[in-house]
Amino acid sequence: MAWNRKLLRVNLTAGTCTSEPLNMQWADEYLGSRGLASKYLVSEIDPKVDPLSPDNKMIMSTGPLTGTLASTGGRYTVVTKGPLTGAIACSNSGGFFGAEMKFAGWDMIIFEGRSPKPVYLYVENDKAELKDAAHLWGTSCWHTEEAIKHELQDPLVRVSSIGLAGENQVLFGCIVNDLHRAAGRSGVGAVMGSKNLKAVALRGTKGVAGVKDMKAFMKITAEKKKVLADNAVTGQGLPKFGTQVLMNVINEMGALPTRNHRDVQFEDAGKISAEAMHEKRPTDGKPQLVTNAACFGCTIACGRISEIDKGHFTVVNKPEYWGASGGLEYEAAWALGAANGVGDLEALQYANLLCNEQGMDPISFGATIGAVMELYEMGVLTREQIGIEAPFGSAAALARLAEMTARGEGFGKEIGQGSKRLCTKYGHPELSMTVKGQEFPAYDSRAIQGMGLTYATSNRGACHLRSYTVASEVLGIPVKTDPLTTDGKPELVKAFQDATAVFDAAGICVFTSFAWTLADVQPQIEAACEGDWSMDKLNAVGERIWNMERLFNNAAGLSRKDDDLPPRLKTEPAKTGPAKGLVNGLDKMLPEYYQIRGWTPEGVPTAETLARLGL
Amino acid sequence: MKIVFKLYASLADYLPAERRGNIVELDVPAGATVGDLIARYRLPEKCAHLVLVNGHYIAPTDRGGKALSEGDELAIWPPIAGG
Repeated sequence: MAWNRKLLRVNLTAGTCTSEPLNMQWADEYLGSRGLASKYLVSEIDPKVDPLSPDNKMIMSTGPLTGTLASTGGRYTVVTKGPLTGAIACSNSGGFFGAEMKFAGWDMIIFEGRSPKPVYLYVENDKAELKDAAHLWGTSCWHTEEAIKHELQDPLVRVSSIGLAGENQVLFGCIVNDLHRAAGRSGVGAVMGSKNLKAVALRGTKGVAGVKDMKAFMKITAEKKKVLADNAVTGQGLPKFGTQVLMNVINEMGALPTRNHRDVQFEDAGKISAEAMHEKRPTDGKPQLVTNAACFGCTIACGRISEIDKGHFTVVNKPEYWGASGGLEYEAAWALGAANGVGDLEALQYANLLCNEQGMDPISFGATIGAVMELYEMGVLTREQIGIEAPFGSAAALARLAEMTARGEGFGKEIGQGSKRLCTKYGHPELSMTVKGQEFPAYDSRAIQGMGLTYATSNRGACHLRSYTVASEVLGIPVKTDPLTTDGKPELVKAFQDATAVFDAAGICVFTSFAWTLADVQPQIEAACEGDWSMDKLNAVGERIWNMERLFNNAAGLSRKDDDLPPRLKTEPAKTGPAKGLVNGLDKMLPEYYQIRGWTPEGVPTAETLARLGL
Repeated sequence: MKIVFKLYASLADYLPAERRGNIVELDVPAGATVGDLIARYRLPEKCAHLVLVNGHYIAPTDRGGKALSEGDELAIWPPIAGG
């Protein structure tokens, strides 16, 4: 049993912390983390609940491999109903917080209600208590983590917290742990803020007990780490260049959404790429990149640690930003850069630092700025309204609007509602590059067709991490498919969706899938967890998780009409690159996808499908 | 004929000294193939992982027969990934 078999229920309204046995029947059906926490959520809340009301719940959860010797076994997820989307939200983070939860003896923490005053949860092994956080409210994630470690007199405590964005209920507020890892998407930080919960501080000294067959587990995890080390992508490419190496690849393929998806190639992509991060700056002779970094138990180490140019206009007289810190990763660099036509690498890192410091999802923030800049260039928004001139390409506007959004100042409050609400308010909902209210990540689906279906059907709104068909369509992992055709993509998307759900539920990083398939994960789960964990069973777990999430969304009021892309991607052909003249073929893919899923033409799982999956 | 040759990530060191960042403009004989360029610049085969001509993927088995045309842009990466 790699589970601790125990969850902590925190009633913030009553101020109580109680221990409960983990539902092991559910663990057998949903494995852990994303799967198991979602099962608890859908069983305990009304799908139509207001996400920011006390009736919503927020669950922090680990998987059975979290905290173990399995490579990348440091992941945890935050599951709730998302305020940005109105859909189920599951945000996944690395760092060291997840493993600490296991070491303290817990599998998950369920937060319910709303505290009458700001508090933080402190867990030290079996002991759990809510502590006053009045002195932390109004401060950043960085300050909160440091202050909690100081007041607990324990530098080894692991902290997840919200910054000003979560407090202000920015709808893409995130939860930051270990300074620069984040449960980033869908606004889970706003839910935490709505509960007056500033932080969760964990200290565990128990290790992970009860691995089913420790000898077999040690052997198989060592074997699979060797697979990662020997693979050129996970052993060399990712540690050396990080995810950012995709900037030039995706631009070359004409799939880099630029200026709010007006264009598919960015003339300054090279200036904001992984290669640029390695180049010495003319100003101070140093490269932006300092080193790579790994989360708990990770043998890939794709993370980027960088140092901003101290002379850059964004950080003059701001020494708090001069030290080495997290970023830039590809998604953030794209959203803050190409999406807005900004080619100033240092400005991107400054905006990224603000996102980490104050807890904002850089993808949704950056993409919303893209919409603001388009509305500004159209004359719909003016300098007086925004507070600064905001044409595409303005690094000054990017930096200033990041500050305003995090702090809830002026027009920043409107940006904090995300692009869907903002574009709708100003009469141009068609300019919001979102699905289910969540902003697109860094792949234009006119040039990578499968990603259009991925985005449209993602249960948490537009997202690349629900089925990363880029692996196949661009990188040839596990097999190369043609990115410009819709043929075969419904099957591909379903396969990626179901497999990814298992990786997430296990508590490991989906980046292992560049070298591992589910067949590499299965024996690690089998050795760690009691019960029979065959491939067939794991495939069913993945499909069950996906359908459970879908059922929740349908009950929340979402339907086929929400499985759609903005008109720009379906009617405005790509202007340049290999996809020149193409739009996304979602309308061709979606009916076939529903059929393969065993859903009705309206996107509802059939009774037969539900029975097959035990739902 | 002139083509644009781009080597990214750890392959940049294989570019000639006159490169601008990761890019160099080359004069190559008419009929030169992708495979010819990989050989001419001594790129280890396993390092020429992702090969694009004008953004289109060229499979390993097609590189020897893929003739370049005037103005083509050939871009090559070692094994990489992202997310």
